[in-house]
Amino acid sequence: MAMTLHCNIVSAEKKLFDGRAEIVVASGVQGELGILPGHTPLLTELKPGTIKVKKQGGEEELIYVSSGFLEVQPDTVTVLADSAERADNIDEAAAKEAMEAAQRAMQDQTAEMEYAQAAAMLAQAAAQLQTIQQLRKKLGK
Amino acid sequence: MAVGKEIRSQIGSIKNTQKITSAMQMVAASKMRRAQDRMAASHPYASQIRKVVSHIAGATPEYTHTYMEERDVKRVGYIIVSSDRGLCGGLNINLFKAALKDIMDWQGKGAEIDVCAIGSKAGAFFRRYGGNLVAAKSGLGDSPKASDLVGSVKVMLDAYEEGKIDRLFVVYNEFINTMTQKPLVQQLLPLEAEAAEEDQSKVTGWDYLYEPDAKYLLDNLLIRYIESQVYQAVVENIACEQSARMVAMKSATDNAGNFIDELQLVYNKARQAAITQEIAEIVGGAAAI
Repeated sequence: MAMTLHCNIVSAEKKLFDGRAEIVVASGVQGELGILPGHTPLLTELKPGTIKVKKQGGEEELIYVSSGFLEVQPDTVTVLADSAERADNIDEAAAKEAMEAAQRAMQDQTAEMEYAQAAAMLAQAAAQLQTIQQLRKKLGK
Repeated sequence: MAVGKEIRSQIGSIKNTQKITSAMQMVAASKMRRAQDRMAASHPYASQIRKVVSHIAGATPEYTHTYMEERDVKRVGYIIVSSDRGLCGGLNINLFKAALKDIMDWQGKGAEIDVCAIGSKAGAFFRRYGGNLVAAKSGLGDSPKASDLVGSVKVMLDAYEEGKIDRLFVVYNEFINTMTQKPLVQQLLPLEAEAAEEDQSKVTGWDYLYEPDAKYLLDNLLIRYIESQVYQAVVENIACEQSARMVAMKSATDNAGNFIDELQLVYNKARQAAITQEIAEIVGGAAAI
């Protein structure tokens, strides 16, 4: 049996995942991270994206996070997400709409601040859509 | 009948009070359920972030944040979380007693005290008590947002960073179950390594890899940590408040019921005595004729 580590994913609103995992893949601010058991302690910030958890036995779970922190201890991974959603709960239409709204806001940029906000929104919406696409691919649709 | 008019009006007024207390009990019961759900929802995040931070406190990081330094204690800060409204039994008083006991301990060691009061009851109490009230926040309602608390928490964090206070505690009621709430004094700053983590505390001298860099990450994470702990304290205190109120109002309703029964008995006796006397008088009058 493959080695496993304990994975905890919580958002400010609820607990999303708590259990053993073979590998956890997350998108940190400096790139994709794949964490296997025995990883050296690590602390990183997350950018909007998908967290892929390969559960014991090979089943995969996809979770979208908007941003947050990831902590790695040799036998545990903890994700502290600002807001997170299971892939199957994301509303694709809403995500698309948010993405278009963000793009529009970026085009008629009036202030520097708004541009930064819009860019953040766009990144989040894009990451949500990407999560859905990954889920689709997994399900073979 | 003129007999027992006072008793009757007293019964009436107690009945009115009983109506109010039983209504408050039902309101508190329904709010309590929601408050408990809210508490349970944010609990995983608060406990996980506490675990992470205790790992950080146990590590030997390349960058030592001010929140991690142990300093000589000259001044102690307290964030005291109370309810906005009364009529919830001894909840607030027990909390203030626990807080005062801790405050006295520190004062005995020569430290001065700063208080940040969340909830109007704590504000009123510490204004009267004469503590140095540096920030107060009230009117949070039943479903507070984390952003509502940021301001008053920041006052205390700034004071800590500037070295005005050397230790920061949060005082709130811990929700054990509907019947039991326990006042709890929890140290926020400086960070404490969790003693229970026996396997990791033995390994000293390890450090994290940081992405992007230690200062940026710790600054953000630690502020998030404090905010989430205070938020959790507030949410938990609200759940405590509602259940304490429900219990207090239930016993008030029961007491009113007992009181009414007793008064009813007194009233009935007086009425019967009056009737007996009247009959005796009539019989006596008829015999005289």
